[in-house]
Amino acid sequence: MAQTSENRGWTDQKLENVVGNLLRAGVSLSALVVAIGGVVYLARHGREPANYRVFRGEPSDFKSVSGIVREALEFHGRGIIQFGLLLLIATPVFRVALSIWGFAAEKDRMYMIFTGIVLIVLLYSLLGSGSAF
Amino acid sequence: MNILEFTILVAAGSFLAGLLGSLTGLGGGVVLVPLLTLFFKVDIRYAIGASLVSVIATSSGAAAAYVKEGFSNIRIGMFLEIATTVGALVGAFLAAFISTKALAMIFGVMLLYSAYLSRKPRPRAQRNLPPDPLGTRLRMNGSFPSEEGGMRQYNVQRVPLGFSLMFGAGALSGLLGIGSGAVKVLAMDQAMKIPFKVSTTTSNFMIGVTAAASAGVYLNRGYVDPGLAMPVMLGVLAGSLLGARILIKAETKSLRIVFSVVIAVLGLQMLYKGLTGGI
Repeated sequence: MAQTSENRGWTDQKLENVVGNLLRAGVSLSALVVAIGGVVYLARHGREPANYRVFRGEPSDFKSVSGIVREALEFHGRGIIQFGLLLLIATPVFRVALSIWGFAAEKDRMYMIFTGIVLIVLLYSLLGSGSAF
Repeated sequence: MNILEFTILVAAGSFLAGLLGSLTGLGGGVVLVPLLTLFFKVDIRYAIGASLVSVIATSSGAAAAYVKEGFSNIRIGMFLEIATTVGALVGAFLAAFISTKALAMIFGVMLLYSAYLSRKPRPRAQRNLPPDPLGTRLRMNGSFPSEEGGMRQYNVQRVPLGFSLMFGAGALSGLLGIGSGAVKVLAMDQAMKIPFKVSTTTSNFMIGVTAAASAGVYLNRGYVDPGLAMPVMLGVLAGSLLGARILIKAETKSLRIVFSVVIAVLGLQMLYKGLTGGI
């Protein structure tokens, strides 16, 4: 028992190093994209009056994954920001997906299933929850 | 006020929230929504959307540093994330049906409770508890580098209670756009008897995944506004990174007291605004 838990600790540690780097890269990349989008947005719209008091909801192009990608490709400031935010939201999702691979390498079927459930919930939220309203 | 001025002010406010949140360990998310709604007059739904995004950024940024230290327990975290992500989905769905006034009042109560929690002394941790059958079956027991040197073993207790509390933490996170790290730590440290250091780092790693579960719903629903989320996310991230860097040298005890008073005052204000319909 002591033997197996030691082995597990070592593999977990290796996996966590990979995970740590992935998180850092995801956050840095998304912050960079958001900042670029922010510059474009402020250069074009910075002098317009700000109004967040009234809730309108976002136009449909900023709500779906495909709409956001289309807006970003057209180099609209807000579209680029939203794409950066999408990268940010996707970072923990990748992290969970990577953990499944890690548990598979350890042949830990129970935790592959647990992690799979978490991944399905996350993917549903990101891709499927739009149609629920 | 034009968009440029608004963006700069929101970024500065978010920077301060992130800095204080990471210095005191109370999280920047709790003061962000009151800051945006009370001072910048932002609709609370936009404020929650922007706050959620910043919670993912700070959690992932901080977790990158923590995971390498070997304190966090990835199995405990992953198992409990089933509860927090499902809870977060439920909370995010509920947020659509609750009036903004009620949201503000729930937020106010949550702030007052966090202020109370942060002042309450933590009961002494029990060590060397016997293994719990369920915790052992789920392979949650582990060890971590202790202050005295060497590895300290711990046995996880009361898994069902911890799991239920985590569902609540997830629902609060999805409803209010906060990390709800305090409730997560409470569930692990107090209910499941996991050592404090392991609880806080594992909680940090869970916060980003929990927030991502509700952020998807907010995004699809149109509650994440790029113009607002941009300064909030960049400001909070910069503030919390700086906070983590100066944390080692700073004396945080008095800062913690000040910050918990600020949280309590904001809580009262949110309650008042919710009651009088000023939100």
